[in-house]
Amino acid sequence: MAGQSDPELSLFSVEELEFIAEDEMVDIVPNLKMGPLNLISGDFGPFTPQIVTKVPMWLAVALKKRGKCSICPPQWMSVEKLTHVLEAERDSQEMSEQLPFHYVEISRLLFEHARDNIPDVYMVRSLIEDIKDVRFHKVETDLEAFNGRTIAVKIKNLSAMEVNIVRPFIGRALQAFYKHDSPELIPDPEKVSDTRPQVVNNAPREWVFMHLVFAFAEATTKIIMN
Amino acid sequence: MASNTAEEEEEELTVPPTTTEDYEALFSTTDVELLKRAWRNEKAAPEILRFQSDLINRVTEQIQLMEETVEEKSADNADPLSLSLYQMDLDRTLFLLRSYLRVRIQKIEKCTGDLKKHLEENVLSQLPENYQSILRQSVISEEDDMVPEPQLDTFVLCRSKEYLTGIQLEDGPVDDRQFPYSCIDLVVELDPRLSKKMKSGLTRVDVFLVQVFVNCHYPLM
Repeated sequence: MAGQSDPELSLFSVEELEFIAEDEMVDIVPNLKMGPLNLISGDFGPFTPQIVTKVPMWLAVALKKRGKCSICPPQWMSVEKLTHVLEAERDSQEMSEQLPFHYVEISRLLFEHARDNIPDVYMVRSLIEDIKDVRFHKVETDLEAFNGRTIAVKIKNLSAMEVNIVRPFIGRALQAFYKHDSPELIPDPEKVSDTRPQVVNNAPREWVFMHLVFAFAEATTKIIMN
Repeated sequence: MASNTAEEEEEELTVPPTTTEDYEALFSTTDVELLKRAWRNEKAAPEILRFQSDLINRVTEQIQLMEETVEEKSADNADPLSLSLYQMDLDRTLFLLRSYLRVRIQKIEKCTGDLKKHLEENVLSQLPENYQSILRQSVISEEDDMVPEPQLDTFVLCRSKEYLTGIQLEDGPVDDRQFPYSCIDLVVELDPRLSKKMKSGLTRVDVFLVQVFVNCHYPLM
């Protein structure tokens, strides 16, 4: 079915992630008069011209498409704020917590449907692209630290898109580690002398890991290109 | 003792929450939101989760009501704009419901012998006698080695919805370090052993996001 994700690649397709993000609330300024909407997903409105009201993103986009409102871009979506974020992201290996969980999807939706409501839209767009790149590079670096001896890798403040990309990789890497590290599979040199000579070293594990890193790098390049 | 608690906790996972969470769900969350959560969890979990029958009943009812409303409105020649918005809301809910059910069906189909009869009649009966079992590779197999099972000892990434205090990992490193599953920034790797311990916590965890990554499979070298 269209929009359904391939579980091998990522748990959620781009469309599904966008679907989830479309429930995030956003301010709009309607230019029509319309009574309240009592929807399954909640009650919204009433809508009065020039009076700001909060609606989910999908509703905002639907009204905007019909020319019935303008969307107020979220506060973080300004050149000033994003410049700060970019600096913070560059200055530290930690992921900044200043952007919402769905920042990638929200900005994509707004760029597509409400360009004229975003001041300095080109600048905003390029800042977000830069932030995305810097953040992703950090995630990759963090994951490089990840090997068979790793106890914990702490990556805070991942965004929905980032989690979605790294999830299958982390899952498979761990399974590979687990498999190559299971006691049943690796002969215990003390007990087993009649089987093959000790192969207990880290080589296979490291190798698997490198392999996965490459696969991962390719996959992310593809996804980011999209 | 250990297995006992594990079972209890398993139980806790499958029994619908009865405490504060339930109230929170009632007051602050719409059924659509709960359905979205169920859908995400179902997608993220390797096994089939408990069917949310009450929730699905409620959502189905709401969908029916809304379908009637939309029909009435369109019969009354209501404002086409608001009508289309009602329709969109309905479509979004239907998508969630279908997707939730579809994920479950996929999981069931993967592990089922539904096509058993057809397969027996048309394929297996044509094979050499030793290979006619649907459950076993051949007569030599000592166990049912052709029955697929969900991979339960796999890893899932979670996002905690509330503050969780340090969790002691049984097979952790010698220094008995505590891992801060703090803030909302949990990243967990669930090892089968750990998961037993954590399953009660799991009801509070949205299987979606990873932040602190804990690896307890490997005794350190």
